Amino acid sequence: MQKELWKGNEAIAEAAVRAGCRAYFGYPITPQNEIPEYMSVRMPEAGGVFVQAESEIAAINMVYGAAAAGVRAMTSSSSPGISLKQEGISYLIGAELPAVIVNMMRGGPGLGTIQAGQADYFQATRSPGHGDGRMIVLAPSGIQEAADLVAEAFDLADIYRNPVMILADGMIGQMMEPIVWHERKPAELPPKDWAALGREGDGRTHFVTSLRLQSAENEVFNQQLMGKYQQIARDEVRWEAIDCQDAQIIIVAYGTTARICQSAARKLKQEGIRVGVFRPIGLWPYPYEALRKLAEQDTVRSVLTVEMSLGQMVEDVRLAVCGVKPTPFYGRTGGMIPETEQVADQVHQILREVKA
Amino acid sequence: MSQIVYQRSPGLKDVETHYCPGCHHGIVHKLIAEVLTEMDLLDTAVGVCPVGCSVLAGNYINCDFIEAAHGRAPAVATGVKRTHPELPVFTYQGDGDLASIGTAEIVHATMRGEKFTTIFINNAIYGMTGGQMAPTTLEGQKSTTSQSGRDRKIHGLPVRMAEMLATLDGMAYAERVCVADIPSLNKAKRAIKKAFTLQQKGIGFTFIEVLSTCPTNWGMSPVEAGRWVQSTMSQYYPLGVVKDAEVPA
Ligand SMILES: Cc1ncc(C[n+]2csc(CCOP(=O)(O)OP(=O)(O)O)c2C)c(N)n1
Ligand code: SF4
Repeated sequence: MQKELWKGNEAIAEAAVRAGCRAYFGYPITPQNEIPEYMSVRMPEAGGVFVQAESEIAAINMVYGAAAAGVRAMTSSSSPGISLKQEGISYLIGAELPAVIVNMMRGGPGLGTIQAGQADYFQATRSPGHGDGRMIVLAPSGIQEAADLVAEAFDLADIYRNPVMILADGMIGQMMEPIVWHERKPAELPPKDWAALGREGDGRTHFVTSLRLQSAENEVFNQQLMGKYQQIARDEVRWEAIDCQDAQIIIVAYGTTARICQSAARKLKQEGIRVGVFRPIGLWPYPYEALRKLAEQDTVRSVLTVEMSLGQMVEDVRLAVCGVKPTPFYGRTGGMIPETEQVADQVHQILREVKA
Repeated sequence: MSQIVYQRSPGLKDVETHYCPGCHHGIVHKLIAEVLTEMDLLDTAVGVCPVGCSVLAGNYINCDFIEAAHGRAPAVATGVKRTHPELPVFTYQGDGDLASIGTAEIVHATMRGEKFTTIFINNAIYGMTGGQMAPTTLEGQKSTTSQSGRDRKIHGLPVRMAEMLATLDGMAYAERVCVADIPSLNKAKRAIKKAFTLQQKGIGFTFIEVLSTCPTNWGMSPVEAGRWVQSTMSQYYPLGVVKDAEVPA
């Protein structure tokens, strides 16, 4: 198949169209502006709908409306805009509506910096909105994977009737890479017989709602949600382990950071140090089991987490490793991309400490 | 021989509503139900009911419904109507919802000329949360957060949403009505029908503001509340057509 050079944001938008997304609603914010720009042209071409909303709040609620009417819908933003979308994400979860949300993360808090960051990990994996909800979170580390995961995200959203987030850092959005557009065989999806599109033939109406006034009814719903989340946690765990067998040090990183750590690992290998990179592809559900098993190997002296934040995913690493090995952390903040040398230095230091 | 002279509209479900005695929400539901029935739209209509006393409208009106977050109904309706232009779509919003937390959404839906209908229930108060001041609360009117009466020096004067939105080009039709007596009620029904008819023609955004009662939070009897709409509310909020894009100004 032929390789084509694509910019991350545009590849994500095109992948959504190819996955059958027919409604996109967005609001400008760097570093994801190419997504709404591309969609403004491509959506009408594909027979879909593009609206530049008045705010991120309106955009996510337009997604909610289109999703409630049975259409594959998407929005995208970057960190400050995702904060505004959280109300809508919670309502999507509460009404069990499928949707895809892209967060091209930048550095926070507040207005922060427009450069790539990874500091919205907690927001995405712990607290996508108020209430007891969860969101499937997928974290690509390259453009090919971003395009592939977008297609998967739409299927997962439909299968589980839950919003799915593509959590990428601004580098992924801005970078260009050669990719291949894979033919995907259509997934088996449940019928959207709940969609508000007009009454059924027998006069039955649909009422898409997240309101459950009776507390007992609300608890039953929450328990059902939890059942769904347990199934997702069992069946939808995604990760890649690179040279982790018999490694001395395992580095855990996702997104762009994982690629920097892979370069560091290659460099260290030439020095005779066996470094593996464990890369979660799904951040929720998190690959706890897989990471724990690798960390338990006798060869492994330490499990180092590297992030573009001052320590968020490291909490999941510590839950996975559960104290069986040391779990040091190295983090930089938005735009201060960790360099290969710096990661390698961290590993040298860890090995010195282990020897001492 | 018995003869049916009046019966529940097939546009209403056969259930009891939770509305207080004398509340006009139920009457407006009935008018919408009758209009959708007469226009043969019950099978295709999609209503959007945001947070407020009417958040359960989908349990009462016999067509499809989507519940929306507080104030966001116009954005939700945009998502439905843009992806399904053939469906008649309407929002049903209170004044706290539309004129306060959801001002951005209603202004921009109007500005874009979204081709759905909004039924705006102006009862000059927050009903569901227990009678707090709304942007529509009249000067001097007491509420739980304006206990000595709304003071223009602190809160400004109440907003006339129909007039404000009618300044935007996207507004095709705006009318203010009430349902406090039979002639007004008939007029209100005609207005709602006109809005849905224009929506079907696809000429732009249609907006019906209904001056309504909240006897519970106004501290009035149902009869007093109905009279207050006519004697006091309609003085500040004049009834009638505010804008009709089909009629040259
Ligand atoms: C984000 C958010 N803020 C506040 C509330 C609480 N709340 C529920 S209904 C309501 C106001 C309802 O008043 P109105 O829109 O005038 O409708 P009414 O009940 O009078 O019909 C408020 C503030 C909420 N549900 N969500
Ligand atoms: S509180 Fe007011 S608006 Fe709500 S149902 Fe009662 S009377 Fe109607």
